[in-house]
Amino acid sequence: MGLAGKSNELVFKIGLFVICSLIFLVIAYPLYFIVIASVSDSTLVSTGKVLLFPKGVSLFGYKEIFKDERIWQGYGNTILYTALGTFVNLLFTIPAAYALARQEFKARRVIMLAFVLTMFFNGGLIPTFLLMRDLHLTDSMWVFILPFSVNVYNLIIARTFFENSLPKELYEAAAIDGCSHLRYFASVALPLSRAMLSVIGLYYLVAHWNDFFTALIYIRSNHLQPLQVVLRDILLSNQVFANGIGLGGDLGGYAQRYADQIKYGVIIVSTLPILVVYPFIQKYFEKGVMIGSIKG
Amino acid sequence: MGSFKRDYQLWIMVFPAILVVFVFNYVPMYGIQLAFRDYDFSKGITGGEWRGLHYFEQFINSFSFADLMQNTVAISLATIVLSFPVPIVLALILNQLMGKRIKRTLQTTVYLPHFISTVVLVGMLNVLLSPSTGVIGQLMKWAGMGDINLLASTNAFVPVYVLSDIWQHCGWNSIIYLAALSTIDPQLYDAAKIDGASRWQTIRHIEFPALVPTIIILFILSMGHVLGTGFEKVFLMQNTLNLPVSEVISTYVYKIGIVSNQFSYSAAIGLFNTVINFIFLYAMNLISRRTSSISLW
Repeated sequence: MGLAGKSNELVFKIGLFVICSLIFLVIAYPLYFIVIASVSDSTLVSTGKVLLFPKGVSLFGYKEIFKDERIWQGYGNTILYTALGTFVNLLFTIPAAYALARQEFKARRVIMLAFVLTMFFNGGLIPTFLLMRDLHLTDSMWVFILPFSVNVYNLIIARTFFENSLPKELYEAAAIDGCSHLRYFASVALPLSRAMLSVIGLYYLVAHWNDFFTALIYIRSNHLQPLQVVLRDILLSNQVFANGIGLGGDLGGYAQRYADQIKYGVIIVSTLPILVVYPFIQKYFEKGVMIGSIKG
Repeated sequence: MGSFKRDYQLWIMVFPAILVVFVFNYVPMYGIQLAFRDYDFSKGITGGEWRGLHYFEQFINSFSFADLMQNTVAISLATIVLSFPVPIVLALILNQLMGKRIKRTLQTTVYLPHFISTVVLVGMLNVLLSPSTGVIGQLMKWAGMGDINLLASTNAFVPVYVLSDIWQHCGWNSIIYLAALSTIDPQLYDAAKIDGASRWQTIRHIEFPALVPTIIILFILSMGHVLGTGFEKVFLMQNTLNLPVSEVISTYVYKIGIVSNQFSYSAAIGLFNTVINFIFLYAMNLISRRTSSISLW
């Protein structure tokens, strides 16, 4: 490489550094801003004086959030739906993926085709809604758990993993010793699949946690509403204060002033659990997506 | 049957999945006939009178038809055209990073917004863009751009929708391209180095061509969603002021069907949407197979 090549390389490196820094700032700054805004005086925030560091630090927003029963009820509901839902998802998806990965299972091609077709065709909103109503799933917590508990995309990832990442000799050896499929699945295949299980578990978990659509369509009772619906009321419909103060009267100014701080805090409180789990599983993502893309 | 006896444990394992997919994905397809019938509240899905294409004609002749089609296509085309290239470029950039820790930190950061819920994302847009109390509104005032309410303006709806979409998903969508880049044969890099290729030439002649098959497949798939703008985000971003540009087919189906209980009419609009999507997917696949021999089926 000549001198020109070396200086080109340097230009390339500097350009790369600048671009990467810009990408980092554009993605990270809005998130950072929400964090500092949630602990800063809301008047300073709204006049654009809080840009790099928190100012007029107050935990008022968080105190209000901790007092708000709607948020706790929504939180509790969402934790229940997410935990139970993810459990059912994995219980239905992973054994099926194992069975569909076995070459000797004759029906696997037909079953797989029937599953993949649902990725392109569906009955649509209204027929699905009428079905849920007939099954008495509307306005019930089970609508978050049972319907669509097998995501075909996740099933394909799991199946491809079982096909390619478990050595064939392993099952043959176990089968000679009289080990059944169920036993082999539980005591050999599962323990070897932790990476895949955590990626698929995370996909399901995040989908449940963030699910707003199901509640919007099927849930009417307040006590069943998940966190995302409560968030919609607070963040978008501006029902910041639970007891209905908010606009008008002596409390109007108070409400105006603190509403935004509460909103920033609510964003953090509702998103934190996901953001805490995610970095631990991130290293498996690339593998997970790659497995899925081979036979997607 | 011998094979059933041998495989009965496999059948037990796959049975729950078959059951839920059958009940929740296939049974509703039976209800599609509702688009061609009246819905009879006492007799259920199949009890009403056969109306043929009546509800489709009603939709195509309705005064909201042109607006709905235009809004839906505008939002999805803008999303496809503007957000599609970003993850490709991002993956090529991330792939240039040699330092493992820097690469890892940047990846963790760019993947992160993908995990934020749509409600929270739209909530963030609302607090940040509010003209009275939002920071971006304030900054725009300082910059002398006037008092524009980005949330209520009909001109700003699509840009805000698309840009926030890019912000949220470009990192996550780059993973699949990064995975494709990691399969490039290291010998190709060595050969390029021996030939004195610059980094830029390596990107152009080795890395980008390696991405082309993935790009084509994902592009065909995204064209299958031309009329399939995500319901949630559009619905949550809607307000009375931006409604002329933000009412799309999926939100209309929801309002007609779930809110006003016009089941047959709403089912017909939904089916119309699905059919058009499928035609787009089929056409794109055909074009791609003729021109590049890469196709979905």
